[in-house]
Amino acid sequence: MQQVSQRRPNRAAAFLTSRKVVPYVFVAPFVIYFLLIYLYPTVSTVMMSFQRIDGPTTSEWIGLKNYQKLFSRNFIQALETSTRYAIWDVIVLTIVPLLFAVLLHSGLVKGSAFFKSLFFIPALTSIIVAGIVFRLAFGTQDTAPVNVLMTALGGQPRQWLMFADSGNFVLIVMTLWRWMGVNIIYYLSGIQAIPNDLYEAAEIDGANPIQKFFKVTLPGIRPVLIYVITITVLGGFAMFTESVALWQQSNPGGIGRTIVGYLYQVGITKANMGMASAVGLTLLALVLVVNLIQLVLMGFFRKEDA
Amino acid sequence: MKKLLAVLLTLALMLGMCSALAEEEPIKLTLWTFQELHTQLYKEMEASWNANPDNPKIEIDMQVYPYDDMHSKLTLALQSGEGAPDIVDIEINQFANYLKGDIQLADINDIVEPIKDKLVMSRFNNYAKDGKYYGIDHHIGATIMFYNTEILEAAGINYQDIKTWDDYHEAGKVVLEKTGKPMCTWESADCWSIYPLVNQHGGDWLTPEGEVRMDEPVVVNTLAFMKSMLDDGTAVACPGGNHHSEEYYGAMGSGAFASVSMPFWYLNRFTDYMPDLSGKMKVAPMPLWPDGGHKSAQMGGTGTAVVKTSANVDIAKQWLAYATLSFEGCVKTWTILGFDPIMTEVYGAPEMKEPNKFFDYYGDDIFDMLKTVLDDIPDTCISEYFPTASDIVKSQMAYDLVIGGGDPETIAKNCAQELRDAIE
Repeated sequence: MQQVSQRRPNRAAAFLTSRKVVPYVFVAPFVIYFLLIYLYPTVSTVMMSFQRIDGPTTSEWIGLKNYQKLFSRNFIQALETSTRYAIWDVIVLTIVPLLFAVLLHSGLVKGSAFFKSLFFIPALTSIIVAGIVFRLAFGTQDTAPVNVLMTALGGQPRQWLMFADSGNFVLIVMTLWRWMGVNIIYYLSGIQAIPNDLYEAAEIDGANPIQKFFKVTLPGIRPVLIYVITITVLGGFAMFTESVALWQQSNPGGIGRTIVGYLYQVGITKANMGMASAVGLTLLALVLVVNLIQLVLMGFFRKEDA
Repeated sequence: MKKLLAVLLTLALMLGMCSALAEEEPIKLTLWTFQELHTQLYKEMEASWNANPDNPKIEIDMQVYPYDDMHSKLTLALQSGEGAPDIVDIEINQFANYLKGDIQLADINDIVEPIKDKLVMSRFNNYAKDGKYYGIDHHIGATIMFYNTEILEAAGINYQDIKTWDDYHEAGKVVLEKTGKPMCTWESADCWSIYPLVNQHGGDWLTPEGEVRMDEPVVVNTLAFMKSMLDDGTAVACPGGNHHSEEYYGAMGSGAFASVSMPFWYLNRFTDYMPDLSGKMKVAPMPLWPDGGHKSAQMGGTGTAVVKTSANVDIAKQWLAYATLSFEGCVKTWTILGFDPIMTEVYGAPEMKEPNKFFDYYGDDIFDMLKTVLDDIPDTCISEYFPTASDIVKSQMAYDLVIGGGDPETIAKNCAQELRDAIE
């Protein structure tokens, strides 16, 4: 009797929990999220890059005009600034943290746990505060801290933030100060995963520390290295807040304007969303190409040792 | 009959309830600004508005954002049609961005036109399009000179003897020789050195029709004069790149430079950020150009606007008119903010003479000085491409002149070309 009175499962529920459908139900949140938050804006950005947009209701198809007007002096300058920054960013932020990570792992340094956290602390600071501190430290006057140091060391005081090259130098110093700790942690996790046997075997073969670094450590952390370089390239081209924090509204000769800063200025400050979309897509293409080249060079697509 | 009476009674009751509700619930308005100082005036004018029983009670939620953030937020809010405030302060360099396409600001002709004769109307033309006014400014922004008399006296110079820019340059040479200090600083990353001088000289960046004027002889001559001062060291690059940087405040405040030319609203930067110079600074009219031009230049500004989609456009307009266009409001613009009000009739009023921190700092002849230049201030041409022009001046012209040390004619030509390319 009881079996008969048992309620039949709801039809919709039955459908949703059936073997064929249930996987789709589980992935649905992601798919919906992806369509709404990623795909829709991407597609509409592509469309907007062919439009002139004035205010919320007026837009007009103008074909390739946005792209034809793209290569203005400001755009090219911003591209140069971003590229210069990205190149130095990759060089400095891959090598310096790697050296520190090896040093910290080697056991040559006492209290390495203390230094690990010390290097990491800047990553927790506010970029705006860091920008103000660096701006004042690298001030234009002879009495600014860095200029005082330069004079004490027998050098000449400079107007650091007024020229493209020295401005880029300050940016790199600031980025290094801020992000070195994070990269050290990536590297350390990679180094710690290398089995000790390899080092022992290398030692038995008579390898010196430098050979061990190049023949064991470096190949051992290749995946981590690829990851760090990839995000550093991305971060280099997408850099925006650092330069804004350093130069704020004042932007001498446009040297503090990166490609994303230019995108923001065109789209938000000058309310030209169509042009900004064109800039954004160009940046996307550029970063894709650079990353692809870098991944090929690093052997990312090579099959792991067969 | 009974039925009618019942209906009437019900109606009366409902009306009574409505008015009772209205008294309890003030009308809520949102106001955005990027200039915290302005809220001091707004708060005062909100209180005195509510103190008048004839006015509907209002409650203004004032939100202060950083300059860039506020304008970006406003652009997004107006573009998406959601989340915009009722009243908003829009900076003059940004205003043209909001007058494109389908304008989302309410026109304010109904509150401006009746009192047109009392106002400095050139300030309203900056925020107008097709005969409609969209923003109310707080000040004229007449450019004036700020002299550090301590330094000038040490060099044996009376600032009142400086009548022309040539006098100014000559005085600068004496100051440099006697005290080792530069006469002034030129901004290398902003427009407040170049634009006032060019505009006072009779030049501008654009014509109202959108023609580029950036490479006219008057611009080249002005740049050449500025460069001649840079060349002999009587003028130097402004520390920090502009006259609003902490570095400049520090240097100027400790007496590193003998003078600076800035708009009238710079009065409060000295009182607030360079208190040590109190009693030493004097204000004076700009020196004149030997080959014509004007007595001053109106610079900068903020157009306070009402957003069209606001639920309370009328009440917002009425309050704004009261706060910024009434006699009382204009007097308070001076006493609270230290600005030169846009209503001409307040200048002679006794209320304006009451002691305040500005008279304490600069002495009591501020308005006697200002009145001598008010009759000869040229209009500025704030049109659709003004934000672009302004950006070129800030990031290219000023830099190439002050840091790059380039040839004035080449600089003017390049910048003009840049602007023409952008307009294309």
